[in-house]
Amino acid sequence: MEFLTNSYVIELAWIVAKIMVVVGPLLIAVAYLTLAERRVIGFMQLRKGPNVVGPFGLFQPFADALKLMVKETILPAGANKVVFMLAPMLTFILALVAWAVIPFGEGLVIADINVGILYLFAISSLGVYGVIMAGWASNSKYAFLGALRSAAQMVSYEVSMGLVIINVLVCVGSLNLTAIVEAQRGMWFALPLLPMFLVFFISTLAETNRAPFDLPEGESELVAGYFVEYSSMSFALFFLGEYANMILMSGMTTVLFLGGWLPPFDIWPLNVVPGPIWFILKVMLLLFVFLWVRATTPRYRYDQLMRLGWKVFLPFSLIYVVLTSGFLLWTGNLPTVAG
Amino acid sequence: MIEALFFYMFAGVMLAAGTMVVISRNPVYSVLFLILAFFNAAGLFVLIGAEFIAMLLVVVYVGAVAVLFLFVVMMLDINFAEMRAGFQKYLPLGLAVGGILVFELVAAVYGDAFDGVTLPAATDISNTRALGNVLYTKYIYLFQVAGLILLVAMIGAISLTMRRRVGVRRQVIAEQNMRRRDETVEVVDVPVGAAARTISTVVASKREG
Repeated sequence: MEFLTNSYVIELAWIVAKIMVVVGPLLIAVAYLTLAERRVIGFMQLRKGPNVVGPFGLFQPFADALKLMVKETILPAGANKVVFMLAPMLTFILALVAWAVIPFGEGLVIADINVGILYLFAISSLGVYGVIMAGWASNSKYAFLGALRSAAQMVSYEVSMGLVIINVLVCVGSLNLTAIVEAQRGMWFALPLLPMFLVFFISTLAETNRAPFDLPEGESELVAGYFVEYSSMSFALFFLGEYANMILMSGMTTVLFLGGWLPPFDIWPLNVVPGPIWFILKVMLLLFVFLWVRATTPRYRYDQLMRLGWKVFLPFSLIYVVLTSGFLLWTGNLPTVAG
Repeated sequence: MIEALFFYMFAGVMLAAGTMVVISRNPVYSVLFLILAFFNAAGLFVLIGAEFIAMLLVVVYVGAVAVLFLFVVMMLDINFAEMRAGFQKYLPLGLAVGGILVFELVAAVYGDAFDGVTLPAATDISNTRALGNVLYTKYIYLFQVAGLILLVAMIGAISLTMRRRVGVRRQVIAEQNMRRRDETVEVVDVPVGAAARTISTVVASKREG
């Protein structure tokens, strides 16, 4: 019995329980995001989308999951087997571990670390490895070209994302995500930093390889890009990872610009709604915009994509850092650094 | 106890990965092991409470530098036999450099370099703030010089790789947006049956004019 009352064991069990509470609903959210995508785009294109399996097509994701699981996992003969299998796992793991620092409500966070935003930034910058390893290990020119495109694209947009984050940090004076949300009690950063909010959102589209920046997949020229050789569960892991990343990026945007779990106005009917509900609603709104953008915009050409990242977003967000910090210094509103 | 366990795990994996970087036959494996080593170094930083440095290590080295390494290594057409042929030739030099590094490390640890230096007592100042306090005040000149060196390296890299090529058609977005319809499109009223003739004369007159 002494083993069970050991404080390490109890703490470990508690952490595992918290992780389960986050990861379980996350996977269900991923499943329903795929359904939402097909339904929303269907309606936007005057189609119905999947509506046959279960009421309103609600069981469609489970049917898809079952189909993927019973299919054969194919290892291409020329592939580098170890790296080939490692790549989808890495993508999926990275999409999950970042959730450790996202605050869902006041104190509702697995790890409330000091450098939360840096951790998020670090994990999201690793996503490129899954793609590049998959492309290389597949030993296929389509997959490799897709991976090269993706690597260049993700590295490019990370730079402007970093500068946008600096804008927010200058306003907050802390790297802690809970502190960032608390700093938005008076006004969400989406209003004073509106241009940065837009730049950040567009960069998250590029970072998650979503339309209109889905060149790594570019089915018209690269079949499916870096995961063209994958099948069955290894494909499903890429798929899950991509959608979990979309939700993660929406969560990150919510925390940085839309006030996390805070209600839009601190007045009676709104502030009795629990924080996590607000957080989820805001994430859902951003995810809808993800789908909306996919249904309505044509794909960028690759040189235009690079031009947008390096020649438009990077100088713009760099100048905005100077403007924001200059403005705060001039008005004497620079945050006093806590801790 | 847990902390010691994690220390030996990070340190052990890091050493193993470091060894694999050197002895892997496939250079792509080498880079992947290098990334693993970086990760475990970040873990060690977290263990001594330097979480800011740990995150920067991951963002800068793993997220950016190693991606470019991997990029280059994957694109290179490497002849493995040729690469191993130089092994004998470079061995003495490699051993000499390694030996000097080991000697310096041993001298630093067992010498008097660390005498009187103790780890700063844990305070409630987060290490982001602690770094910021000295980086922009006490070490401002060194910091600026480091920035300048990076700038020089960047300009050097750009000027080495950029060259003007003739005959390349570039898209100038501003110019394209400035274009008006009447500069590019002409609506012609073509009588029935005369289409081919009219078009050819219009095209011919365009060419001359």
